[in-house]
This record gives sequence, C-alpha cells and structure tokens, in this order.
Amino acid sequence: MKPYELTIAQAMEQLASGALSSRELTQSCLERIKAVDGKVKAFLTVTTEQALGQADEADRMRTRGGISPLCGVPLSIKDLLCTKGIVTSCGSRMLEAYVPPYDATVIEKLKEQGAVILGKVAMDEFAMGSSSENCAFQVPENPWKLGFVSGGSSGGSAASVAALECLGSLGSDTGGSIRQPASLCGIVGMKPTYGLVSRYGLVAFASSLDQIGPLTRDVTDCALMMNAISGYDLKDSTSVQRQVPDLNESLTEGLQGMRIGVPREYFGAGLDPEVRSVVNQGIEVLKGAGAKIIEVSLPHTDYCVAVYYLIATAEASSNLARYDGVSYGFRDLEAKSLMDMYRETRSQGFGPEVKRRILIGTYALSAGYYDAYYKKASQVRTLILDDFDRAFGQCDVLISPVVPTPAWKIGEKVDDPLSLYLSDILTISANLAGIPGMSVPGGFSHQGLPIGIQLQGPHFREDSLMKVGYNLERALNLPPQRPKIS
Amino acid sequence: MKITQKEVERVAQLARLYLSQQELETMTGQLDTILSYVAKLDELDTQEVRPTTHAFSLCNAFREDEVICSLSQAEALANGPRHNGEAFMVPRIL
Repeated sequence: MKPYELTIAQAMEQLASGALSSRELTQSCLERIKAVDGKVKAFLTVTTEQALGQADEADRMRTRGGISPLCGVPLSIKDLLCTKGIVTSCGSRMLEAYVPPYDATVIEKLKEQGAVILGKVAMDEFAMGSSSENCAFQVPENPWKLGFVSGGSSGGSAASVAALECLGSLGSDTGGSIRQPASLCGIVGMKPTYGLVSRYGLVAFASSLDQIGPLTRDVTDCALMMNAISGYDLKDSTSVQRQVPDLNESLTEGLQGMRIGVPREYFGAGLDPEVRSVVNQGIEVLKGAGAKIIEVSLPHTDYCVAVYYLIATAEASSNLARYDGVSYGFRDLEAKSLMDMYRETRSQGFGPEVKRRILIGTYALSAGYYDAYYKKASQVRTLILDDFDRAFGQCDVLISPVVPTPAWKIGEKVDDPLSLYLSDILTISANLAGIPGMSVPGGFSHQGLPIGIQLQGPHFREDSLMKVGYNLERALNLPPQRPKIS
Repeated sequence: MKITQKEVERVAQLARLYLSQQELETMTGQLDTILSYVAKLDELDTQEVRPTTHAFSLCNAFREDEVICSLSQAEALANGPRHNGEAFMVPRIL
C-alpha cells in the first residue's frame, strides 16, 4: 500500500509509530498529484514548497510529543477558504490574483494542529453550481469515470480525495456542495450544523446557509476532521458557544434504540432506480444493526428548491456587491467613470451563473417584489423548519438519497439552469433548516459510478450522524475499490 | 411572462452589471423560467407565518471592547488594483 492510499486514521498510526514520516507521506501525495491531476484536474494551486515545509515542521512537532490527530496529514482546501499568502480565487476571474493577508479560522486551526496543506482545489465560481463546470479555470473530472462531473460546488475537494491525491479536504456547503460531490465521487462528506464551524475567512455566498465541512475517505476520518475544525469563534458572530463533543466517541457498533426516519417525499418520481435500490439496501442493513425504521413526512419538500433559489440568490446579490474593483480583486483599469468602473469590473469579472444569480437576487429584493419573493420564501422556510421539527419528534436520524441520480456527463446539463437547480432538491433543505447532513458511500451504479446515502439529524446532533454513518459503513462493508484513473 | 427584457435591464443596472444584447435575451428567458417556477410558493398560504432569516437564531453577539491587532496599511492595500501607498485610487468622482 502506497502512503497516499492511507486513510487519515491509518496514517496517524504509522506517523505515531515512526513507520512513516510526514515528509514521506506528503511527498507521496505530491507524486500522486503529479501522476493523475492532469486528468482529474482538481488542483488550481499546488503549494509544494510550503507543504514540504509544513511536513518537516509536523515531523519536528511529533518528536516533541503532545500532537493532534491531524499532525502531518496532507489535505486539500477548496479555493474559497482564505489562505494567507496563497491565491484564493473562489473559482472566479474576479479573484484570480487575490492573495489573502490572513487565514480563515479553519485554516488557522489546521495549521495549529500541524496539518499539511497541499494546495487549493477547483470549485464552481463563488460556489454557485452543482457540477463545478462553472469554475473559470478548469473543470474537475470524476475519478471513477473521466468525462463525468465530480459534482459541485466542492467538486475539486471530492475529486482530490477520491483520486487519492490527498487524505482529506475542506469544502463548503450552501445547498449540498459538500454532500453532493461526496456522493458522486464515492467518499464521505459532512455539512455541520449552522454555527458549529466558524465561517470567518470563507468567501461568502449565502451567509445564512453557508457552512464549512470535511470530505474524507471514511466516517472515522470525517469525525477526526470535524473535531479539528469545530468550535466557537469570536470572529464569526453566528458561531455558537457550546461544548463541542468528541465525535470519535460516537464511532461504536450497534444501533439499538436508534429510530431512523425515511422521509417519503425524498423517494418520489425522478429518483433513479439504482439510487433507490442502494438507499433501500442501506435501510435494510441499519435495520439489521438494530435500528427501528419509521416512515416520516416532510410535506414541504417540493417547495425547497424555490425557497432556496430565492433566499440564496438574495443573500448572494448582497454579499457579492463588495466586488466593485476598489480594494481587491479584478478591476477594469480602462474605465473612465466610477460607475463605469463598477459595471465593467463586475461584467468582465463574473461568469454567467454568478450574473444570473445576482440578477435573480437583486430582483427578489427590489422595491415592489420584496414581499412577493424574498419575504414569501423566508416564510416558507419556517414551514420547512417546522417539518423537520415534527420529523425529529418521531426519529433521531433521517435516511435518504443525496442526489436523485449518479454523476452525469460534463456538458450534459449546462444549458438548462433550472434542471440543474432541481438536482439539488434532496440536499438544500438541510441548509434552509440549518441542520447537519452527511453523505456516506452506499454502492455503485451499473456504469461503475458511486452512489451515496444521506443522513440528516437535528441541530448539533453530528454525533448521531457519525454513529449511524459508522454502522452503515461497517454493515455495507463495501470492498475497498480504487478508481482506475484512465 | 414573469419578467421582460426592460425589467432585466433595470435590474442589471441596480446590480451594477452590463449585459450584451445576447446576454440580455438569454438571461431574460432563463430568469422568466426560474421566476415562473418559484411562483409555486403562491400555492401556500403564509399569511400567519413568521419569516425565518436564520435557522438557528442567536441573540446579540457581543464582545469586550478590546483593541486587537488588525491588518497594517500595507497589507490592506496590497490587493488593491490601484493605490498610492496610502489609499485606494479610483476614477475621479468630483
């Protein structure tokens, strides 16, 4: 087994025993990137020198003792988390040359714990998209089948983990952007409860929905990364002050006493039969592990996409107003007047999907339309939250598909924005409700494309998701397959 | 029609964007499709429902009024597309 094939937990053991150094592990990942990234196209920036420097520092930290689980572990970072001194492009021409003067809080935490940052990975521009095809620079491909999407918007994160270029990644999830690519690439991805992980230094898309979370090869690694990034932060006023549990403790076998809800609206028409059968198999194995299965209803599911694409675009139109060409980012230097500078800068700097969403959001917030669109959507959001409250009165965790279909061909859905928006139907309600959600690998389609299973829980019950996810992983016992990247 | 080209032009102006004639035509069509779709929210009676702006509401995040380190002037200016070492430079406005 090559070092780059190790999970974080396995690498931790080898690093601790001295069988492997962080430099060797980091070099192994860098070589893997060199070998396969020309095809996978996950990395926008590879920070070879810094990574090796961090690896050496981690090896020194280790000899001093008292180290954290991520010490010396090489990771990739979605290119919308600010990394001091390293370009943070957000997949956009607008920020192509932006070098943040500070680290995001999650990056600060990873560095303090001795993690190694291999580089920054591709994503949909400003995290707007479900396939990473809106990236202004390159489109990452699915390691399981080149030419197919890796999902989005954290497509580079998912592709880099699935292609064994790094041991884990940080992404962000506004409407499914961690869980959906994790599902399409056959890895684990978690969107934490809103407020559990600091958003300071995350380039904002829709501030009431955005959350940072990990993408990893298995559930154990997910728990390790969650432990490393969770916690209150003074710099994020929406971060929540509460005790952060050690999620490792939830990784135990047996689900006796656990009630798992099956939301019937998530299994409607349009669900691919292979996806349905993978999820049904997941339900069966959980039953076998001792869980009680209950059918529940989330009656407003059908309205989620409409609510989401009004609230997310409204917040985006406001957040992205900051890109005016004045203090950072791209500017049209030819413009003669200030107004012309704003409009030229924004028109040249943003891609079509970003413009589309800014326009929808601006319209939904404009005088005369605010009540009909933004306020209405915010009211229906309350009904969606109430649905979850009722469901979690009956069960501890919800199980469902993540995406209605396996990955599709690059280019297949680019001309029809609404059909792509509708593919988010199963993930966006967790963001609207602020609850945690997780994607766990469930199986493969006949074409060899991965299919994930989604778990959702009440606010701050990541521990329940970990427990169910761990049992699901154990019971399904999928043979350790590796994508053949060719 | 939920939205006309003229309205899209007005919204683009509010959003500080220019749209070419072709972009305007494509965007109008796409925005019309999307706005027609979201109109399904009208099926629901929400007269008595309070709006949610944050899923997990917190009340007043205060902190002590302490001076902490911030970026130096040079760091703050470093990403500026045009600056004179003291301030960002923009086209003349007066």
